[in-house]
Amino acid sequence: MGRTLAEKVWNAHVVHSAEGEPDLLYIDLHLVHEVTSPQAFDGLRQAGRPVRRPDLTLATEDHNVPTLFQAGPDGTRSRNLLIEDPVSRTQVETLRANCAEFGVRLFPMGDYEQGIVHVVGPQLGITQPGMTIVCGDSHTSTHGAFGALAFGIGTSEVEHVLATQTLPLKPFKTMAITVDGTLAPGVTAKDIILAVIAKIGTGGGQGYVLEYRGEAIRALSMEGRMTICNMSIEAGARAGMIAPDETTFDYVQGRDHAPQGEQWDRAVEYWRSLHTDDDATFDAEVVLDGNALTPFVTWGTNPGQGLPLADAVPDPESIADDNERLATEKALSYMDLTPGTPLRQIHVDTVFLGSCTNGRIEDLRAAADILRGRTIDPTLRMLVVPGSMRVRAQAEEEGLDRVFLDAGAEWRSAGCSMCLGMNPDQLAPGERSASTSNRNFEGRQGKGGRTHLVSPLVAAATAVRGTLSSPADLDPAPAPAGSNA
Amino acid sequence: MDAFTSHTGIGIPLRRTNVDTDQIIPAVYLKRITRTGFEDGLFAAWRGDPTFVLNQPDFRAGSVLVAGADFGTGSSREHAVWALMDYGIRVVISPRFADIFRGNSAKAGLVAAQVTQDEVELLWKLLENEPGTQVTVDLQKQTITAGPLVIKFQIDPYIRWRLLEGWDDISLTLRHADEIANFEATRPAFKPVTQ
Repeated sequence: MGRTLAEKVWNAHVVHSAEGEPDLLYIDLHLVHEVTSPQAFDGLRQAGRPVRRPDLTLATEDHNVPTLFQAGPDGTRSRNLLIEDPVSRTQVETLRANCAEFGVRLFPMGDYEQGIVHVVGPQLGITQPGMTIVCGDSHTSTHGAFGALAFGIGTSEVEHVLATQTLPLKPFKTMAITVDGTLAPGVTAKDIILAVIAKIGTGGGQGYVLEYRGEAIRALSMEGRMTICNMSIEAGARAGMIAPDETTFDYVQGRDHAPQGEQWDRAVEYWRSLHTDDDATFDAEVVLDGNALTPFVTWGTNPGQGLPLADAVPDPESIADDNERLATEKALSYMDLTPGTPLRQIHVDTVFLGSCTNGRIEDLRAAADILRGRTIDPTLRMLVVPGSMRVRAQAEEEGLDRVFLDAGAEWRSAGCSMCLGMNPDQLAPGERSASTSNRNFEGRQGKGGRTHLVSPLVAAATAVRGTLSSPADLDPAPAPAGSNA
Repeated sequence: MDAFTSHTGIGIPLRRTNVDTDQIIPAVYLKRITRTGFEDGLFAAWRGDPTFVLNQPDFRAGSVLVAGADFGTGSSREHAVWALMDYGIRVVISPRFADIFRGNSAKAGLVAAQVTQDEVELLWKLLENEPGTQVTVDLQKQTITAGPLVIKFQIDPYIRWRLLEGWDDISLTLRHADEIANFEATRPAFKPVTQ
């Protein structure tokens, strides 16, 4: 009987297996950040244990860091390295002290390699097919885009991995999510995953590893695949995976930590075996028609409360189930939305382009293509926050920073920024955002803030028009000066 | 971790589905580097509302939370479990828990007891009609007893055993240290290192 991709990767990492016990799984890469690690390092210290494999552990500062880039007195521009909030500062300093004490490599603020943990791993080439990858962060599912089994863990598990490089785990069930067809122009990976979550619900993936398959998935770039796997957790699944293929190998090859020479050939030979066998069966299957997808946005307070942009705010009165009606009423009250309002008429105060979901170079390019030659609505602010300092440098090399600045947006340094209300980038109470991040929970982007999850294309078009919009809603951009077009 | 056999305390009816971990404890409260002191962040946004269940005198001292489906979705923050426990919650009852939350609960010693939606409705009605009702959660028998109700709950057998014994995972795993070392010796050379 054939095996699924997830089962193949799982089986290749079982250290110990016994009836009635969870499997003990070996972890190939442990990513660490400042928020979920201090208590874990403390636990090691108290027990007198070392980090078993510092060489399989990597840390970066991302959740707490400010993202302002500012001009100095001598005219040079540099990153604001000062964390004003003393509690945030202590947390970051604690990570630095712990990494120094336990011998863990760290990318601190100001380092060229610093960035959001899930952007840093792939861009270094240290995220590779067939690996097991964990991090004290639920969006670790991102790395599944490479055919790795990658999932978020809590702080006790962080300590467990630091101490043993393993985790005791019960096998997941498997769910195939097949997206057939070809995406229409203006429809992106973000729209696929928002539609998937709306279809199966925030609990639909609980207990499963999702494997995304089908023509529309195969056609995606690695950035697009990462966007999809990133939000698997919003459907309740700890992990999402996509079988590696030439797109994956091309992305990994030549990166700093990619295998070289003969090792590369061996690796690729193994990676080619990492796909679900034809005769394997999934525990559940979901099919979506990619041809029918349109830009998708959320209207409520969980990522499953989304609709095509062309729709209107739903009416709780039309919902039969008591609990669901109550949840919808609460969400609309929090979001300050009236049933029946066309989603395109919702005005936002802030547009946030960034996060581990959509803060990669391709996301910035897509948004810049919309904003080139246009300006953002003067009643709103737009934050563009690259997912890593490398992404920032790449964008500047391509002149994207000028496009954003000329359009009236802010061009920031790398960090989690406005994805979560933990650093200075937050919504004020009552403020409404169109955000390329992953969670529209109450207060997620700041106490009292209201979030609509969108793709980078919808974010850029919304910034121009002021209301939730797709690029198709925009007037043609004026031709650049000097052009004959 | 302290062993858990049985607990009796006031039941708290939380009539909400999708209680995500950002509601249990917002990110701004995650900055502490200690393992305790998170009770001030528990349900921080909702506690500003005087009608919120934990602001009602009958429920303030409760320790058994009865919530709607999909409790603990979202972020992996174990701080959500710590905040509940620091406040005094020992058991959460729900028809469905998020995977990471359930795992984190098991590590920290919070019992996540799964029952059906109908059973949650029965508990909600009882606790709302008779505020202050004591609820007994017996992990040995896997039962919830409240007034006239006796409900069987679901919990992973391995997690139940660990909670009953008070075992911590790292000690359990280190019994297999030789197997870990043997596994490491067979890892392919092309696997990356960070240093």
